[in-house]
Amino acid sequence: MGRVLVYAETRHGELRAVAREAVTAGRDLAEELGGGVDAFLLGPPGTADRVAELGQYGAERVFVAEDPAFEAYAADAALRMCEDLLGRDAYSAVVFPASAQGKDLAPRAAARLDRGLATEVVALGADGDGPIATRPMYAGKAMARVSFAELPALISVRPNVFRPRERPAAGAVERVVVASEPARQRVTGIETGDRVALDVTEANIVVSGGRGMKDPENWSMLEDLVDALGDDATLGASRAVVDAGWRPHAEQVGQTGKVVSPSLYFAIGISGAIQHLAGMRTAKTIVAINRDAEAPIFSVADFGVVGDLFEVVPALAAEIRRVSAEV
Amino acid sequence: MKSIVCIKRVPDTEARIRVARDGAGIDPAGVKYVMNPYDEFALEEAIRLKEAAGEGSVTVLSVGSGETSEILRTALAMGADEAVLLSSTESTDGLGIARALADEIRGREFDLVLCGKQAVDDDDMAVPSMLGELLGLPCVTVVVALAIDGRRAVAHREIEGGHEVVEFDLPAVVGAQKGLNEPRYPSLKGIMAAKKKPLEVKEVRLAEPKLRIASLEEPPGRAEGEIIGEGTEAVPELVRRLRERALI
Repeated sequence: MGRVLVYAETRHGELRAVAREAVTAGRDLAEELGGGVDAFLLGPPGTADRVAELGQYGAERVFVAEDPAFEAYAADAALRMCEDLLGRDAYSAVVFPASAQGKDLAPRAAARLDRGLATEVVALGADGDGPIATRPMYAGKAMARVSFAELPALISVRPNVFRPRERPAAGAVERVVVASEPARQRVTGIETGDRVALDVTEANIVVSGGRGMKDPENWSMLEDLVDALGDDATLGASRAVVDAGWRPHAEQVGQTGKVVSPSLYFAIGISGAIQHLAGMRTAKTIVAINRDAEAPIFSVADFGVVGDLFEVVPALAAEIRRVSAEV
Repeated sequence: MKSIVCIKRVPDTEARIRVARDGAGIDPAGVKYVMNPYDEFALEEAIRLKEAAGEGSVTVLSVGSGETSEILRTALAMGADEAVLLSSTESTDGLGIARALADEIRGREFDLVLCGKQAVDDDDMAVPSMLGELLGLPCVTVVVALAIDGRRAVAHREIEGGHEVVEFDLPAVVGAQKGLNEPRYPSLKGIMAAKKKPLEVKEVRLAEPKLRIASLEEPPGRAEGEIIGEGTEAVPELVRRLRERALI
């Protein structure tokens, strides 16, 4: 016992960043439980040649199932593979990323295995043989410490919280055949729109705009700031502007949107309703730009600038470009 | 089109949450409770499907205490035909809720089970997937568009940076995401009609939780921040601070 199994998520046969995070979290947990960590993943033919790097993050074995149907998320096959592997070895925990795939798959596994599931976990430890997980509830308005009645414990870890850390292990790739059964639901395509935006939950820097932006046309100014900040940055939005139809729901940060933990969060023209604060208060550094010095957003911001965002934001983008060019 | 919609009574998202003295739950004093916002999208979709088909039914189910009948009445006022409260004061986890719902659903005839993609109290996003598994049905979560043609269905599921297009057969379980539709408000006529619609209360035993909450705490407050300054003059200092923290 003490071993941990990790679902290493792929899309089009490429590992996603959350796979490295989940392996890192799994390895740290396995260490506390006195075991090692293995990873499992699915992808199209050729995937096995591209995933040995998980060894860098501590995976001792990397189980790979290949099939043309695994180009996209294959829930039934992933579940079957997870179940098969749990039958081969004794595992104390299975760790999933709390991503679109992991949040769909982990509860399926919990129901199939009849085990407890802790989702969106932000900290992991051990108490004797079993894991103890810390997870937000009420969108982070409360934090729960949870334990599991029986092992294996099922856990999904919030993206951007467990930063990948290298700790080389064997990373031995082993091909596994998943018994084919007709999939109950099949992903027949992935649509990414014109601009493949970095998801707000996975970005290192989030630039969010609110009602103070006044008009959806003005978002070009925020896009320019995102551009100045580089490839790790993406756009977010408050509920007010999503409800007004200015921005897509996928960008919404808050209790009925996404909960984010980036290194740097810009709240621009956002007053700071309770449901918005719940979605971004775990950001490491928060910058607020708002005309109203009394806006609640300033109570959670590390750095505030009081002023007209239509002047401050372009100046900020220019200053960031200027100092970046100096390096 | 026969749909079953699973809904939950939760604190309003604008509510300030305080942990109860015993550290096991939240203090309900002064907290306004509502139908889980995502469940409204699930219910609206079920009503629209029935309206489009010109036949069928919408049944709402909820697991909870007696007070949960308030949100079931709201669902009836929006347009559901009947409601069932699986009544219990026991506490369980997501899997326990999913089992109670599945036990009730198994005995019914239906084409679609709809849930909100997640409840905004526990934030598990677990029950729809669990129901799919317990019922042995296709299941698609975080659905922002749904098209049904006979027994075939196509859903758009929100993923990082885009959508998955997912095909499946009915009967199935669907988890509704914001954006699927624009939920209606109950009309006065609907509210009057709801009073005459059936609301059945069934006592149920809930399974022991497999996940135990050892403690519940309010999150640590953030350290006092600093107003760097006013207007564009503050910008160089802000950028210097961000560079100091190696953030840009």
